[in-house]
Amino acid sequence: MTISQLSIFIENKSGTLLQVLNLLKDAQISLIASNIADTVEYGICRIICSEPARAYSVLKEAGVAVALSDVFAIELDNEPGRAAEAIGVLSKEGINITYLYSFLLNGKGILIFRTDDAEKARETIILAGLQFIAEKDLTHLV
Amino acid sequence: MNYSPYFNKKYETLDRSQIEALQLERLQRTVAHCMNSPFYKKRFEEIKLCPEDIQSLDDLKRIPFTTKQDLRDTYPFGIASVPLERCVRLHSSSGTTGNPTVILHTQKDLDEWANALARCMWMVGLRPTDVFQNSSGYGMFTGGLGFQYAAERLGMLTVPAAAGNTKRQLKFITDFGTTAVHAIPSYAARLYEVMVEMGIDPRRDTKLTTLLIGAEPHSEEQRRRIEEMLGVKAYNSFGMSEMCGPGVAFECKEQNGMHIWEDYYIVEIVDPQTLEPVQDGEVGEMVLTTINREAMPLLRYRTRDLTRIIPGPCPCGREHKRIDRMKGRSDDMIILKGVNIFPIQIEQVLLQFKELATDYLITLETSDSNDEMSVDVELSQLFTDDFGRLQSLTREITRRLKDEILVTPRVRLVPKGSLPKSEGKAVRVKDLRKHF
Repeated sequence: MTISQLSIFIENKSGTLLQVLNLLKDAQISLIASNIADTVEYGICRIICSEPARAYSVLKEAGVAVALSDVFAIELDNEPGRAAEAIGVLSKEGINITYLYSFLLNGKGILIFRTDDAEKARETIILAGLQFIAEKDLTHLV
Repeated sequence: MNYSPYFNKKYETLDRSQIEALQLERLQRTVAHCMNSPFYKKRFEEIKLCPEDIQSLDDLKRIPFTTKQDLRDTYPFGIASVPLERCVRLHSSSGTTGNPTVILHTQKDLDEWANALARCMWMVGLRPTDVFQNSSGYGMFTGGLGFQYAAERLGMLTVPAAAGNTKRQLKFITDFGTTAVHAIPSYAARLYEVMVEMGIDPRRDTKLTTLLIGAEPHSEEQRRRIEEMLGVKAYNSFGMSEMCGPGVAFECKEQNGMHIWEDYYIVEIVDPQTLEPVQDGEVGEMVLTTINREAMPLLRYRTRDLTRIIPGPCPCGREHKRIDRMKGRSDDMIILKGVNIFPIQIEQVLLQFKELATDYLITLETSDSNDEMSVDVELSQLFTDDFGRLQSLTREITRRLKDEILVTPRVRLVPKGSLPKSEGKAVRVKDLRKHF
């Protein structure tokens, strides 16, 4: 019930992101969502894309510091309050969200996030009946 | 009270011929004494040299050099020329990688060390009426105990403030009427910054007249700035733990070169490549022979410090040679905040982290008159998606580096392959500090 996300360690310097994007372009990999979190010295670029496993090998072979990690992706109706509802469910169980980003796709809101307790989050999402996106759904999204 | 201008008139006022006669006598005695050292005995036997072969100061050249590596190879007590029971103290270099170095002292060595450094402090005008505050680290760092005993020997009220806690230092300075401070140059500048923050005017609110600086490379401009800021005279000094510590050479009131006490040391300046002597006035590596030491005399010790002899007589009248401020090193040792650091120490710490690739870059910079070190390290693989874990990795690297080199560097993670290379060989140290 989770999806694979690429995490890439990048220097805060002009051109470093472009290098990564060019590698993905050359490998014909499409981006679905991306986000950069930064500190003073470096950033982590997080990417949801088609064929994450292949994207990972492409980047790794090119010497990029990259990790593949599992994140949750939840689909919400595009109405006010839906995000608050979903996060409220997790929060009630005492689950912390370490990072989150979101976007709209085909009229649906998508929340992508990681928690400090994946097991508990998994159960909570299922029991609350939240709509989640699985790895196999990714190819349909592009 | 009317004080003499000399702490030890007999030795300070020797003329050149007297100095050289004394040096030969002490050199011969030292070499004979070194035959009690397993290390020197073997070395002399290997080249079939006898103590009796040393008939003139020129014969010094027949003795092989002693290096820091020799000290490491014989760690801890292999060079000593007296049995351990005659020794009363040791000082050891920092570091845990490879062997550190150890210097042993008999009671007489400590006495002579205190005498030499007391002589230096007297030379710049300090008297028993002065109040002396030592803002140097104590413990193994020779600037602590070295200055403590010497200042007491001179007869000053001595405040062993030790390093750090600047506000407390300033309270001592104002409350006790401190007139003289020993500190590394960057810390002298720090004292002033905090004075300004606390609204203390050094000229109005303190009795400071003298600063003793050294152990950290600094320029003439930095010295003048310290003098202007604090309203004092600042005197440069040279010392190294292998030669006891501080007190080897010190500026006189002329502030133009440091007199090296030639009744304690024979100084040679050699070309670091050919190891042949250079002309007086030319820069080369300083080589020192101790001729007034019991526990652990060192013959022709390669200091790796680059300097020159300042030719000509000094207006102060002392005929002991003067060496110029240090011009750098003939090896890759870094001197930061008075601490000696070799890049290999840093490398060996970094090698313990499997998250890191092999390249690294040490940058030395001056910020707010404070010298700082940063270490860029390459992340070999992104092992986590979590900033917290990256930060705790940075903290752990910082902590282990601090344990090894005793100063806290700023550690930066950078992606693999992003550090500069020159001609295929990695550049390890970038020194952007403002001196020389």
